Amino acid sequence: MFYREAGDFSTTYPQDSQTFPIKFDRWRYYVVLFIAVVVIPFMINDYWVNSIFMPFLIYAIAAIGLNILVGYCGQVSLGTGGFMAVGAYACYKLMTGFPEVSMFIHVLLAGGITAMVGVLFGLPSLRIKGFYLAVATLAAQFFLVWLFNKVSWFYNYSASGQINAPERDTFGILITGPNTEAWATYMFCLIFTIFSAVVARNLTRGSVGRQWMAIRDMDIAAEIIGVNPLKAKLTAFAVSSFFVGISGALFFAVYLGAVEVGEAFGITKSFLVLFMIIIGGLGSIFGSFAGAAFLVLLPVALKVIGVDWLGWPTDIVAHLNLVIVGGLIVVFLIAEPHGLAQLWRVAKEKLRLWPFPH
Amino acid sequence: MPEQLAFTIEVFLNGLMAGVLYALVALGFVLIYKASGIFNFAQGVMALFAAMTLYGIMNGQVPFAHLINAIFGTELHYFGWNVPALAAILLTIGVMILLAWMVQRFIFRYLVGQEPIILFMATIGLAYFLEGVGDLMWGSDIKTLDVGLPQGINETIDETTFGWFGYGFFIDNLDIVASIVAIILVAALVMFAQYTKQGRAMRAVADDHQAALSVGVSLNFIWILVWSLAGFVALVAGIMWGAKSGVQFSLSLIALKALPVLMLGGFTSIPGAIVGGLIIGVGEKLFEFLIGAPYLGGATENWFAYMLALLFLVFRPQGLFGEKIIERV
Repeated sequence: MFYREAGDFSTTYPQDSQTFPIKFDRWRYYVVLFIAVVVIPFMINDYWVNSIFMPFLIYAIAAIGLNILVGYCGQVSLGTGGFMAVGAYACYKLMTGFPEVSMFIHVLLAGGITAMVGVLFGLPSLRIKGFYLAVATLAAQFFLVWLFNKVSWFYNYSASGQINAPERDTFGILITGPNTEAWATYMFCLIFTIFSAVVARNLTRGSVGRQWMAIRDMDIAAEIIGVNPLKAKLTAFAVSSFFVGISGALFFAVYLGAVEVGEAFGITKSFLVLFMIIIGGLGSIFGSFAGAAFLVLLPVALKVIGVDWLGWPTDIVAHLNLVIVGGLIVVFLIAEPHGLAQLWRVAKEKLRLWPFPH
Repeated sequence: MPEQLAFTIEVFLNGLMAGVLYALVALGFVLIYKASGIFNFAQGVMALFAAMTLYGIMNGQVPFAHLINAIFGTELHYFGWNVPALAAILLTIGVMILLAWMVQRFIFRYLVGQEPIILFMATIGLAYFLEGVGDLMWGSDIKTLDVGLPQGINETIDETTFGWFGYGFFIDNLDIVASIVAIILVAALVMFAQYTKQGRAMRAVADDHQAALSVGVSLNFIWILVWSLAGFVALVAGIMWGAKSGVQFSLSLIALKALPVLMLGGFTSIPGAIVGGLIIGVGEKLFEFLIGAPYLGGATENWFAYMLALLFLVFRPQGLFGEKIIERV
């Protein structure tokens, strides 16, 4: 009734190749953008930003990045935490080295540096795949965390080994440090999230994305039809690490403010982001958002229900959280290997025919 | 004899002992991988879970005590009895067999024929699930597991080596016991696989699922069997690690250490797991002692194994004893 493409004609090529070809989808997208950009910043306070919106936006960027590598290009990576750490430390060095430069540039540069590191650790993917590659990325994870712990140049020789984000602004608005406004940090992260989603969406439906998917579906066949595996795999690693690096930089500088590398960017972070894309849906940008939202909201919801309403001790709720996440992973892999994104697609198919399915 | 050399030999020996424990974990991986093609990431958590269960049974803890107390407001903690170690071990084996059955019945029966990477991710989910269940069941505090294994420095070796080199080696009794147990375990597993009916069926399944099915081997039973065996191996590994450094979460991280062990040894070879474990154990200890601590600031043990495996992959992707060559593009 509401959701249909009847009467929706494309008369030019640009119209035909737009991201949301169905009018309803397009309008929904504009409405979501409008709410995110215009409505939410005026309504939120520190609690909402710090416990829900900022983690969601930042993890969504990381999930998009990992989804490009795992979902679109089929290269399993367990090194997300390590790459996020690269982004965070690159951002820290840039912030302290060039205090007068805008934060936008710092975060983007941090992403760029992470992309280079990602390509370096992506090189083994040319020879190995599957579990073997997963272990190679584990090497990246442990090595990078160790490196940031041991080499004191990275944390500016501070005694605690932590890095602390100094106060930095962009266009005169404070973004990092203790005295920020809720809406400013929210908008800053939102801009990067929208940027990442738009870039990722357009990359994945363009020629680069098709090369990635060809490699994922069958690498030998892809090579025969003229896809260069070297180029495809390394670009996937580069683009993926770029996004992951951005999210690491935001995670450190804007969200946490102070970071101890083993704690914030350990192996559990890698698994968390991997779970997001499994639950959300491999090979889907919407799925990255859905998975990030789900895994950010689940602990918050459990905490509200378990600790605040039922009065259970926090450690029990934390353990229940583990059980539920682990169980959901298995259930999703069995019942819906394509994740929440697939449920959404099915719902849309149903909506198209509703209320006259025959 | 120069002191440096004596130190090196001591580090080497201790590395061998650590390697034995890596090999024990890796062994559990190989068993499951051979029979079902599942790369079981949950092996480390299984070891943790087994050790926790053993501890809980021995001390008469009430399972899920915290959860029950939280829901019903009761004050349950202990049954008030202590179970002797041997009986507790037998009970724990029973629990691990039950777990194997449940894993097969509720998870992998529905995932037959999926891609290996999907199965791998399912085991990551299983690992989280088990970790949460273990903590809920037995509490997440660090426990010291004591089943009566000898501990502390071995005096005989200390004195003998002091007589030889003028420097007494520090070797833990527990490590020696662990090595002996590991050797017995491997011998028993090899005997089982070679000479019993079920062992032969297991090898048949590992060789070719469909052929095994067609001559009347029950795949379902064999899979439960290998998961039980892996659970048993996990229990042994859990006892050893638990006695060495306490039953705690880091126990499950040794599962990650087993990955490079398998890369070295090959995913499908039992002797490979042993040799790989020893190489990694010795390698990381020696590297830390000779290069890591003096020049790189220490704590290289965290990543050395992975880097070694990475290097190894470039030259011999199938591992030392593996049979399958990974296809490359």
